[in-house]
Amino acid sequence: MTEAALAFHRRIDAALADAGLRRALALTAGRLAGGRAAAFDALTDADACRDDARRARAGAIARLDSLLDQFAREASARGCTVHWAETAADARRIITGIARERNIRLAVKSKSMATEEVELNEALEQAGVRVVETDLGEFVVQLAADRPSHIIAPIVHLSRQDVATLFQEKLGATAADVADIPSMTALARRLLRAEFLQAGMGISGVNLAVADTGSLCIVTNEGNGRLTSTLPRVHVALLGLERIVPGAADLAAVLTVLARSATGQASSVYTNVMTGPRRHHGGPGAGPAGEPDGPEELHIVILDNGRSRVLGTPLAEILYCVRCGACLNACPVYRLIGGHAYGGVYPGPVGSVVMPGLHGLEDWSELAHASSLCGACRDVCPVKIDLPHLLLEVRREAASRQLAPLWIRAAMPAYSAVATRPRLYRWAGRAAARLARLLQQDGWIRRLPGPLGAWTASRDFPAPAARSFVEEHQARKAAAR
Amino acid sequence: MTPRPTRVQLFVTCLVDRFFPAAGHAAVEVLERYGVEVHVPSDQTCCGQPAFNGGFAADAAAMARTTIDVLSHSVDPVVVPSGSCADMIVNHYPGLLAGDAAYGPKAKALAARTYEFSQFLVDVLGVDPAAAPSGPTLAYHASCHGLRGLGLREQPRRLLHAVAGERSADLPDAETCCGFGGLFAVKMGPISSAMLDSKLDAIERSGADVVVATDVSCLMHIGGGLHRRGSRVRARHIAEVLADPGHD
Repeated sequence: MTEAALAFHRRIDAALADAGLRRALALTAGRLAGGRAAAFDALTDADACRDDARRARAGAIARLDSLLDQFAREASARGCTVHWAETAADARRIITGIARERNIRLAVKSKSMATEEVELNEALEQAGVRVVETDLGEFVVQLAADRPSHIIAPIVHLSRQDVATLFQEKLGATAADVADIPSMTALARRLLRAEFLQAGMGISGVNLAVADTGSLCIVTNEGNGRLTSTLPRVHVALLGLERIVPGAADLAAVLTVLARSATGQASSVYTNVMTGPRRHHGGPGAGPAGEPDGPEELHIVILDNGRSRVLGTPLAEILYCVRCGACLNACPVYRLIGGHAYGGVYPGPVGSVVMPGLHGLEDWSELAHASSLCGACRDVCPVKIDLPHLLLEVRREAASRQLAPLWIRAAMPAYSAVATRPRLYRWAGRAAARLARLLQQDGWIRRLPGPLGAWTASRDFPAPAARSFVEEHQARKAAAR
Repeated sequence: MTPRPTRVQLFVTCLVDRFFPAAGHAAVEVLERYGVEVHVPSDQTCCGQPAFNGGFAADAAAMARTTIDVLSHSVDPVVVPSGSCADMIVNHYPGLLAGDAAYGPKAKALAARTYEFSQFLVDVLGVDPAAAPSGPTLAYHASCHGLRGLGLREQPRRLLHAVAGERSADLPDAETCCGFGGLFAVKMGPISSAMLDSKLDAIERSGADVVVATDVSCLMHIGGGLHRRGSRVRARHIAEVLADPGHD
């Protein structure tokens, strides 16, 4: 096993030993999954909605290059500045450059996994820009110097009491400030309001870009996305290059399933569609008085960071993903180990395809083995990505590069060689059964040797039968004749 | 309407063959009870799922070809007492052998006449088993691949309800994976064990005497966990329950 794989197994063991984490995950992931189920049950034709959303995403990925060109052209025509970032380092360089040139000291951010992916906060801080996360969950993550453990619910791993303690330690909150969730929210809001008003730059991700109008759609539940993108003078939006649709109809098709899948809401509380920066008096379509608010500058950074490498490969379907997090909530593995154990920015079933797809099999393919292939993720995906199939594709590619453990690499071809020779298979089965029966007590084996000991660490293993079904069946038939 | 089949081939699966022959014999008994002649091809081995799920596509394809050969001597329907192995044949063989000019079409033909055991009883034979006057209280665990791959939601429940009636325990999270997952149970032992623990807790809380499933793979996992705990609850394949519903 690679060092990365061993580290993954160590993180799994640590997560499983954390009872508080298990409780927090069961509660929140369970609630989100329940909300999702209720929201889809309430739709008259939920399945057709998912088909529509899938069609929208599949159509966009099929002509991604032309849509991106169109988007960049239309956004530029409306006054946006479009930047292309091939790597995470490019994105960091571009965005810190924008801040530096404008002498910006404070930036407010709404929630964005893409900025997590490129580790933007660290780069900005190094460039002398203070960054304030304004999504409540991300605010807590930042305060705790932690990492989000879920795509949409960044502090799913924490309990209310964990957050209360953190607020008291880091913010000097009083007992009344942390008496309940509304009080804690009110405290965060008071602190954040001042930051919004002073920030020179707002930073957001993008849920979906709309090619034909060069628009950016950002959905939030807290209104912080709207404040982030309208109050500061400069706005920077980091767009993963796959997150695009051709027009408003396809945007609507995706939005119909997005919030339902993420939180069980029919729609997010705030659905923002931004088209260009603030238009002043006399600007095209601005009216006589001009627009009352909005950023003076709107920068869109289009991020590749490995995404285009996935195009045209067996993993390309993962680019349909709209990052709702439903597959995390549905996954029995995620619900036990949480997001941090996966080790990457994107956890759960989707992360187990995205991480090896974007960042290489050597360090990340082991994630794809942390699945029983139960298929619960596929059942809830709003764009019907066949996640178990993609996990198998990762396993296949990893196996072909000799990344599987040695004993499995040795065992599989040997097993296949035997199982494709029926007479040898019968003989070998009899011999193996005779051997295994030496280990049994009352029909059960309490301890298996070698790697199979992982089974008997917690479970008994049945002893093979003295006579196989086929042998016994043939004997019975012969006796009956 | 296609005529009711009078003959089937039974593909018992490698686990039934070596570890749970009683489930295979029970499947034969039940099928014969409903007037179906059962042929057991003696050359059958393994469907290839362990290799397929491990990412060893070439090894899996070799085993798929063997299985296709074994089951293509006749055009009789194939009955599999396992949702997972039936799902492998029905949903994965055609894709696995899509580029194989000789076996691709055979894979499709086999997929079209392969059924999981309870699916065959309900959807093809339309059986309605008699109620058993007495017997253990049953809890049904829905095995993942049958449930989500083959859409086995109602068929096993209907059969079990017919024989057990009120002696059916409600199993919470019955459609959540038990954590078996083939090699997953060994490769990711601690996660698999934690998933099993949740399943065992639910089973023991349900008040059932017997937990029933369509797959001996899940039952091997659940049964091994119950035995390690010293639980009084036993794990049985649906064919065994239908063959002898009074037995506990």
